[in-house]
Amino acid sequence: MRFAIIQFPASNCDQDCVHAARVLGHHAECVWHKDTALNNPDAVIIPGGFSYGDYLRCGAIARFSPVMQAVRQFAQDGGLVIGICNGFQILCEAGLLPGALVRNRDLRFHCEQVLLRVGNRNTPFTCQVPPGRLLRIPIAHGEGCYFADAPTLARLDAGGQILWQYCDTNGELTDRANPNGSLLNIAGICNEHRNVAGLMPHPDRACEEILGSTDGRLILDSMVHTIEQARALPRAS
Amino acid sequence: MLDPQGKTVQNALDHTGCQGVAAVHVGKYIEIELAPDTGRAQARQALEQACHRFLSNPIIEDYTIALE
Repeated sequence: MRFAIIQFPASNCDQDCVHAARVLGHHAECVWHKDTALNNPDAVIIPGGFSYGDYLRCGAIARFSPVMQAVRQFAQDGGLVIGICNGFQILCEAGLLPGALVRNRDLRFHCEQVLLRVGNRNTPFTCQVPPGRLLRIPIAHGEGCYFADAPTLARLDAGGQILWQYCDTNGELTDRANPNGSLLNIAGICNEHRNVAGLMPHPDRACEEILGSTDGRLILDSMVHTIEQARALPRAS
Repeated sequence: MLDPQGKTVQNALDHTGCQGVAAVHVGKYIEIELAPDTGRAQARQALEQACHRFLSNPIIEDYTIALE
């Protein structure tokens, strides 16, 4: 498996993603934001960080980077794209995912472990998560409060596009378990075609026992499983 | 939508004794200097487009343009 990790000025989790992919036995290659080609990867990761210093709005400027044209094309062709933290913000700003991420409701930067309930296990990003399993994954953000208008939320819900939601140890979507005020406790979503996903928590920081959790592997493993399944299918002529 | 920054500023205004504040909304102010030979109509059209596509995010923000 070959992951392309997109690097913007002030991306700072690119090496976390490279490390996570390699720990899982895959190949990872960084692609600079000025590049116009992705070099034919199996999947794309847009990592966390503070692209362009979070100037204007988080992700607003990264969206216009040359490499984003290639990412958009890759997604349009059905390729798997996942945006983590700032990567999620970039995908929303780019219109590849609906909604927006705004300032946490308590105005504080949150750096902590959270629990996530998986809303739909029938996607390329969640298919390897055992039924009922809650994921323990860290967050580290100041602007992670997910916002979308009511029709968009209803569409996400009806379409099974709400993939991860902040929950308590019983899997309940309580207000207390919601670290940032996200509507419907949303931590991550996918697009209608289910090949582009974004989430505020960092699966890249939860792939080794020494980091306190290996639950992030389940997300990357889901992507790998999906791609390997697609490869195994006979190609239509 | 939730505007925690506006709410916090409103609370602080209350503490300072500022009377009659019903709500506070915190936003951005962007000053753009136009080239000397730019026509008003042309400028407005370009700025509308820039505000809608880039300077604001219509999902979470409104904007107004003032040409001087």
